[in-house]
Amino acid sequence: MRSTMHHSLLTPLAGAGILALTLAGCSSATPDAAGSGEFAGDTLDVSAAWSGAEQTNFEAVLAAFEEQSGATVNYTSFGDNAATTLGTQIEGGSPPNVAMLAQPALMNQLAADGNLQPLSDEASAVVAENYSQSWVDLGTSDGTQYGVWFKASNKSTMWYNADLYDAAGASVPEDWDDFLVQLQLVADSGYAGISIGADVGWPLTDWFENVYLQTAGGDLYDQLTNHEIPWTDPSVTVALDALATLWGNDALVQTGAAQRTFPESVTEVFGADPQAATMFEGDFVAGNITDDGSSVVGENALFFDFPSVNGSAPAVVGGGDVAVSFTDDAATDALMQFLASPEAAEVWVPEGGLTSPNNNVDTALYPDETSRQIAEALTGAETFRFDMSDLTPSAFGGTPGQGFWQIMIQFLQDPSDVAGTQQALEDAAVAAYVD
Amino acid sequence: MGASRRRMFLIALGFLAPALVLLAGLVLYPILYTVVRSFFSAEGGAFVGWDNYVTMFTNDSTFTAIRNNVIWVLVAPVACTVLGLLFAVLLEKIKWSTAFKLIIFMPMAISMLAAGVIFRGMFQESPNLGVVNAAAVAVNSAFGGGDAAYPGATPRGDSGLIDDSGILAGETAVTAGSEQNFPLVGLRADDVPTSAAQAEDAASAGADQITGTVWLDVVVGGDGTVGQIDDGKSGLPGIKIDAVAADGTIASTTKTDAAGRYVLDDLGKEAYRIALPASNFDEGYQGVSWLSSGLITAVIILSYIWIWAGFAMVMIASGLSAIDRSLQEAARMDGANEWKVFSRITAPLLSPVLIVVFVTLIINVLKIFDLVYVIPPGSSKPAANVIAVEMWTVSFGGGSNQGLGSALAILLLILVLPSMIINVRKFREERKS
Repeated sequence: MRSTMHHSLLTPLAGAGILALTLAGCSSATPDAAGSGEFAGDTLDVSAAWSGAEQTNFEAVLAAFEEQSGATVNYTSFGDNAATTLGTQIEGGSPPNVAMLAQPALMNQLAADGNLQPLSDEASAVVAENYSQSWVDLGTSDGTQYGVWFKASNKSTMWYNADLYDAAGASVPEDWDDFLVQLQLVADSGYAGISIGADVGWPLTDWFENVYLQTAGGDLYDQLTNHEIPWTDPSVTVALDALATLWGNDALVQTGAAQRTFPESVTEVFGADPQAATMFEGDFVAGNITDDGSSVVGENALFFDFPSVNGSAPAVVGGGDVAVSFTDDAATDALMQFLASPEAAEVWVPEGGLTSPNNNVDTALYPDETSRQIAEALTGAETFRFDMSDLTPSAFGGTPGQGFWQIMIQFLQDPSDVAGTQQALEDAAVAAYVD
Repeated sequence: MGASRRRMFLIALGFLAPALVLLAGLVLYPILYTVVRSFFSAEGGAFVGWDNYVTMFTNDSTFTAIRNNVIWVLVAPVACTVLGLLFAVLLEKIKWSTAFKLIIFMPMAISMLAAGVIFRGMFQESPNLGVVNAAAVAVNSAFGGGDAAYPGATPRGDSGLIDDSGILAGETAVTAGSEQNFPLVGLRADDVPTSAAQAEDAASAGADQITGTVWLDVVVGGDGTVGQIDDGKSGLPGIKIDAVAADGTIASTTKTDAAGRYVLDDLGKEAYRIALPASNFDEGYQGVSWLSSGLITAVIILSYIWIWAGFAMVMIASGLSAIDRSLQEAARMDGANEWKVFSRITAPLLSPVLIVVFVTLIINVLKIFDLVYVIPPGSSKPAANVIAVEMWTVSFGGGSNQGLGSALAILLLILVLPSMIINVRKFREERKS
């Protein structure tokens, strides 16, 4: 029978995964520079998820360190299998000297298991000098500082079609209320103010996270992430009420959101025949716009920061890669200090593809206006938090058709029932956080 | 005697061993392990007894899944078998039947996943994307629907106008000799007809007249004062305007000129509501929201029938070619009409094949996964859920709860078992006869 196919499909997939893992383990690069600096003769192993262009650029960063220190640095990509690969290496007694982790939870786990080396006092000083407190805190686990954030992404960007904004006389809004006014101007000119692709729930959870981080602040955000406060908390009511002022306004939101995929919502705003003027998602939307090919990022495809709700200070939701060290030696410490310095990021920044959370990186080096703006929003934010749905149990924050994702889809369809939505979120969270 | 028997047994066992090992390793062991796993918690560490089974029957999404599976089993196998029988019997009577059979069978050659993607596209809500709604809208507009000049226009907020289910009207009634203006928004500058001119103030009204202007209250680039006729604002020509008396009768009607001006004549002393009828702004029939929660299961079952009716037809046609034609001929000689021949002779002779097809389809439908996984958009996924999809979602699709997933797998196995037993019995009887 044909439909038995899917049963047997999973096994070869798992096999392919293992194969990919093995291959990724082999694809190490050996930069040839071996200078005559302080650490000449030392060899360091560095692992990260990056491959392709990102690998090339990161190897250039490492080459700069080789030149400065004289040590030899070998880079290995572990692809999407950070936890498995590092776990195996630690088990076998040969972890890399330094690894880049994309999940704060993994850093906390490795730190709790005693596998990570705390930053040296010198390295901590370099971090304190170059990073804002949010990033220092994110690199800290249980009171000890382990990580240096090297790469970041900004998920608080509101992308707009400048042609349509100009024609409607709309401008970049000052805050949430002004945002609704500007969207109304666009709607008056015959285009939908904003397009939302809610075929899956993750863009909607990002909406909520941004509004919540602004209205509730970083502390409550952390508590909600860890489910230390219930979803029925009044702070959640405030955020959902704010969202409802936009989502419940049929004049501003393009109809048919529930059946539109996320890429379709990009096309609705930046495609050849735009129907709406604004869409929200992270800095990666620039890639979607370029793929679509009808609009040009930096010319008619621009963005502004997620509007401030209820007068809150600039806050950014995002992600990033943190450097952690596994060995306690001077060369490793020197590399961590180097990664925390603006010089390291400035090797990669002009090549594009790196947004540095380092405050002292010269923003003039970014290759274009848009990436500079993204980076400035990131370093200028008073509060930075990781994407909440990535930090919650996946049964709650990462399952299509269930939990956080699905409840936000239902809230988009009927934003009038705030209390019911909070109760549904709380019920889903209680079920998912049991372990 | 005993020794040679034992030898025979050992030889038989030797020949059976490879098959037994395969069966045990690939069928028996996974089933037993699933049963055991279904009594353990999400990560497999703790024994939880019947908890997973309780969760399964108390949880909303699983309940919907079970209900949908029942709908599937009631509708899809019957529809496929009936259609297959119809095709098989009717195609026997025409030339080129092989060509037609090939076409009907062809969907079987498409993977379920691809078929799902095709159906998802066909049933998109927007008439610009989905061919089904595009056809519905085309038929509707062929009969005169949706030809309004200014679809989607709305009154400017706070301008004393209301939108009463598509009819735009002044909030208050006005008497003859006064003016009623209509600043409208929500129209694209490109959609204003080329005959339109710069909007102008209407001439002052005579004693039995009401005058005014209908204009697009938006200047490209955003200049101008809200609610004022400024430079760059376009009049909207050809809009129908009614003066409605208090008793609901239309006292006077006219259309706007190129600058958007209108004059309503021959009015009495009473006050009139000035209204722009909905026919000016009607966006027309927009088709049906096929992929919404209410219709999604029907759409998925339809796509399933599209694929599997061909399978039923081929099976039944082969059964048809094997039956004894002389019985049909005899019935015809005795004066039976074609319906009688079909219902009294052909169908009973085909019943073994029909039952095999039907039972096979029931088993198949219980396990349905691909189509349900691909077709529904996120908002109607919960409404379309079936047990196999729920099983996958909770175990691997993010739920990471393989205990509950195993319990669902066992439920699926129990549901499939009766049909399996019927099929096995059937085969056994056939072999006996």
